[in-house]
Amino acid sequence: MSMLSTGRPTRPEQVITRPATLTGAEGLLQHEPLIFELGGWDKTGVDLPPVPADFAEDDLGDLLRVEPIGLPGLSEPETVRHYVRLSQQNHAIDLALYPLGSCTMKHNPRLNEKMARLPGFADIHPLQPVSTVQGALQLIDELAHWLKTLTGLPAVAMTPKAGAHGELCGILAITAAHRAKGDTARDTVLVPTSAHGTNPATAAFVGYKVQEIAQTADGRVDLADLEAKLGPHVAAIMVTNPNTCGLFEREVREIARLTHAAGAFFYCDGANFNAIVGRVRPGDLGVDAMHINLHKTFSTPHGGGGPGAGPVVLSAALAPFAPVPYVTHGPDGFDLCEADAQAFGRMCAFNGQMGMFVRAYAYMLSHGADGLRQAAEDAVLNANYIKARLSKVMSPAFPDGPCMHEALFDDHWLEDTGVTTLDFAKAMIDEGFHPMTMYFPLVVHGAMLIEPTETESKAELDRFCDMVEALAGAVRAGDVDRFKGAPFHAPRRRLDETQAARKPRLKWTEPAPQAIAAE
Amino acid sequence: MRFTKDHEWIAQSGDVATVGITNYAAEQLGDVVFVELPEVGRTLKPGDSLAVVESVKAASDVYSPISGEVVEINEQLSGNPEGVNQSPEDLAWFAKVRLSNPSELDGLMDRAAYEDYLAGL
Repeated sequence: MSMLSTGRPTRPEQVITRPATLTGAEGLLQHEPLIFELGGWDKTGVDLPPVPADFAEDDLGDLLRVEPIGLPGLSEPETVRHYVRLSQQNHAIDLALYPLGSCTMKHNPRLNEKMARLPGFADIHPLQPVSTVQGALQLIDELAHWLKTLTGLPAVAMTPKAGAHGELCGILAITAAHRAKGDTARDTVLVPTSAHGTNPATAAFVGYKVQEIAQTADGRVDLADLEAKLGPHVAAIMVTNPNTCGLFEREVREIARLTHAAGAFFYCDGANFNAIVGRVRPGDLGVDAMHINLHKTFSTPHGGGGPGAGPVVLSAALAPFAPVPYVTHGPDGFDLCEADAQAFGRMCAFNGQMGMFVRAYAYMLSHGADGLRQAAEDAVLNANYIKARLSKVMSPAFPDGPCMHEALFDDHWLEDTGVTTLDFAKAMIDEGFHPMTMYFPLVVHGAMLIEPTETESKAELDRFCDMVEALAGAVRAGDVDRFKGAPFHAPRRRLDETQAARKPRLKWTEPAPQAIAAE
Repeated sequence: MRFTKDHEWIAQSGDVATVGITNYAAEQLGDVVFVELPEVGRTLKPGDSLAVVESVKAASDVYSPISGEVVEINEQLSGNPEGVNQSPEDLAWFAKVRLSNPSELDGLMDRAAYEDYLAGL
């Protein structure tokens, strides 16, 4: 009998120890150095043309480079592997639940990607003649139509490229509207204490003073404080609804009435529109301007997966001041308006994030009105499921009543345990889950803000809640070591945030030659 | 030494008062990484932002509890923000202000009242 088994065992031996690897790698996961450590300056992955025979260094004058450029030299496969390895050490919505509150990390449907890759959308150039991009302009126009329909507002500026860029657009439109009336005395913008940090930053960037509006014990805008702070010096208020505590501002129409009575405009931060889309039209609430994060509510990739897009819907009072360019429709088809005397200006060179427009439009059409509404309802249902389950082991910041699309807990339940919100979040990484948003909103001590989104199944929500319950059990059992040094199982251990902020090393420097020789 | 509800302290010496943030504030902020101080000569009124303290956790305004003119700032803090964590109520003072209305201090808490206030937080 002839056997060609080559001595290969086909069953695992019983392994009793887990030896550290000799290279530091974990299985097929490599320990990945910086790209500068990886690639030397002595080689390049690019074929450069030879220096022309008649080239004279003198031609460059004092622009002639006197030091090596310092770019790492890697071949194409080395470069590809470097970034793929880094991506293996990162988290993504395509890997698992991504419960970052206020970020709306929902699934990015693949249908959207397919549509965005159609050559008629993907391969066009902003400087092409408009007669050759009629389909793209029609898509922008139809997307604008549905954004206006869903928000109940008559105009939309499509060009802003992210939420904060949209805020800037809205506040600039508000400023232009006041100036057009000759009202130049308004120098203040009111912002609730629970606002996204971008709100006061936007107002300050435009040159306004920022004044905070207090919050009531149930996590909403304090109407009495708002009324006291409104006046002829206030240009606008900026309110998020649902707010960053995951709560609907029940008095939003009264907020609008008071604001308008003082001659100010109501800017709504639309970051949480995903909780109410298809159910509530912000225009009906008295909103004058609101940005819509297409990358949140309408599922376009973000957080490293793609750029944002923040179109701003505008009321009739603000519409005339919308920035150029915008799409127009006449007898000869679609066109772009590049000059408008009333427009406050321009937010960006071209007409916004085309790829995101296609994805958002595909999401809208594939869901329909009923589907968008159900997405909002399911997002709220999922958040309330988390709130109900985890309120048994953690302390909800606002226990009374349901939440909207995100569940907010404080660190009251961690008091005297030796474990902080940060420790708890880091331990979640060891258990295979990306942590929730922590320490935001600032109005809640040790905040933990969980936004599961509608795209998670009950089974996945249960897996998440099981993990939090297990960790909470470890806290109660006094297993503090599990938390203080976490993460233990991630590619990197806990960072020294203090050192990183006090003495940041922003640039890689080549190790001294003797250090290289010693290795 | 007098204290505000926003956790500033103020110590009067003649017509000049020294302003800083309290131990409690420094503890709550966590590791301080940056301090932005006012310009000497700036005129303040109560509630004006006197300085900005940035910690790993948050950036916070420090409010002036009094009216007056900034006559000196603690230059040490710009290169040594950790001083705010080490000695908030002594070495890490923020600014000295020439008081234009010393009676404003009467409305502020003394140490015992401030400690009662902290106990209630």
